[in-house]
Amino acid sequence: MLKRFSDPDRLSRRRFLTATAATAATAGGVIAAPATADTLADVPPRGPGDDLGAYSPRSPYVQIARIPEAAPGQRNVDPSAAINSKSPLDKFVGTITPTDLHYERSHSGVPNLDPSKHRVLVHGMVKQPLVLTLEDLRAMPSISRIAFLECTGNGWENWKSAPDTVTVQNTHGLVSTHEWTGVPLSFLIDLVGVDRASTWMLAEGDDGAAVARSIPLTDEIIAEGILAYGQNGEPLRPAHGFPVRLFLPGFEGNLNIKWLRRLKFGDQPFMTRWETARYTQLRPDGKARQFQLKQDVNSVITAPSGMMRIKPGSNRITGLAWSGHGRITRVEVSADGGATWAVAALTGPVLPKAQARFQHDWVWDGRPTKIVSRSTDEQGNVQPDRASFIAQVGTNALFHYSAQQTWGIDEAGHVRNVLA
Amino acid sequence: MCAMFWRNLVLGTILVTAASSSTQAAEFGRAASQEEIALWDIDVRPDGRGLPIGGGTAARGQVIFEQTCAACHGAGGQGGAKDRLVGGQGTLASAKPVKTVGSFWPYATSLFDYIRRAMPYPDPGSLTADETYAVTAYILSLNAIIPEDFVLSKENLAQVRMPNREGFVPDAEYIHIGNSR
Repeated sequence: MLKRFSDPDRLSRRRFLTATAATAATAGGVIAAPATADTLADVPPRGPGDDLGAYSPRSPYVQIARIPEAAPGQRNVDPSAAINSKSPLDKFVGTITPTDLHYERSHSGVPNLDPSKHRVLVHGMVKQPLVLTLEDLRAMPSISRIAFLECTGNGWENWKSAPDTVTVQNTHGLVSTHEWTGVPLSFLIDLVGVDRASTWMLAEGDDGAAVARSIPLTDEIIAEGILAYGQNGEPLRPAHGFPVRLFLPGFEGNLNIKWLRRLKFGDQPFMTRWETARYTQLRPDGKARQFQLKQDVNSVITAPSGMMRIKPGSNRITGLAWSGHGRITRVEVSADGGATWAVAALTGPVLPKAQARFQHDWVWDGRPTKIVSRSTDEQGNVQPDRASFIAQVGTNALFHYSAQQTWGIDEAGHVRNVLA
Repeated sequence: MCAMFWRNLVLGTILVTAASSSTQAAEFGRAASQEEIALWDIDVRPDGRGLPIGGGTAARGQVIFEQTCAACHGAGGQGGAKDRLVGGQGTLASAKPVKTVGSFWPYATSLFDYIRRAMPYPDPGSLTADETYAVTAYILSLNAIIPEDFVLSKENLAQVRMPNREGFVPDAEYIHIGNSR
């Protein structure tokens, strides 16, 4: 193999210098280590680079990874104990989540399924029950759609008393945005001749838990549902449902059954464990809200955010907003704890049921304050402040937390989680 | 729905014919026989549809539970590495609700369905139908929902009344599902 001709000392020096520079290159006035290339003369000279390969690895100077969790607050656990793995929202730019950093949540690990042996059974209230292979699915008409996916547990850190040391990855890392490609659910419904009296569809996975959810056959779900086999232009990764999953834009993550192996059409909900004992939300009166299936309008400032440090002067506030009810139409930012608000710029693309990025230029005067964002979607839903949200739903719901996220900033510029 | 689909897609002729009537369905996939559907058709509805033939008692279930379930769920289902299955009744409106089969689950059918599809965690699907009835009976008995000597079976499981049966409020838009098909 051809080796580089540059001398090792020069190469290592170049790497060291780039590393420190990269650490400093964060948004706005976020404080980081000073750059060591103080004059252009200090910038390392050019030279031949690394060999080209079959994949494009990240720069060794980029530290970006998910955080596996066993439960709220139980972070960086042994992988065998993890039940989810959160996306580093604070390190993302733009709106599309890198494929290997899309959040994960599974109930019995990640099965590695052989697509040649995988089958999808479609049956129940249909004219013609079918067994489909992955090849069959790929031969059908396909659509692609950019949309977010969010675990209903996103935000669960903040229901009761989250520590002030959590980051935005800890509080909001269970939402991601991908392009999803696959067969329109409506095509399959016509193909098997679903009985018009069928109102619910059971979707079941091929994981160890055979996770199963009842899906209401509303116009919205029929029109927008996808049997997805692609994510961001490539076959699904095993963690996200390879070889095929259900994708329902805007609906709670658990409905988007991974490793899809069965669709059964019926005329009532099947009342699986996940839609009764698990993904239902306890109200203050002890009753549980059931079939709260949409992900509500939401937003969070990703920089400056928890555990960052800023300096006085010009700072750019940026973050992400999304809604299961449609397109984000407006994001407002307050730099005085919600007393006054300014309309942030949406940097685009702003797509329905996808994460949109916002930014807002702000001059910090160095006095302690709180920053917070609130979003509005095209149906007029406005993200509530935490006090109003808690007053309405209590603190026992566990799932569907969508209140505004407040970050406190102290006189030294430390950014911390605040339940306000 | 159909109209929207056609509007949004540019389709090849083969696809147009495939979707035009169910007689064309065999162009994708193959017909599923009733025998093979039965192999995978494991779900159980609240009305009992889907329950297999069989039955079992709490006494039998206790033996199985202690061998295959207690390591995670604790002796007597009191909880351990995984979910507590017993108790918690009266806590749902408190600051620390305890959600168990006894305090929270609205349908006994969901319990049978869940054990059948997902448990025991390392070897799901390994219990026979009779064993699944027996373990279900044991957990219900621990919660004083059925008597210890009750023979839980295909015939009576759907009639078991769970304490929190009325504890759920579905979102209004999903109570009566309609669509323009």
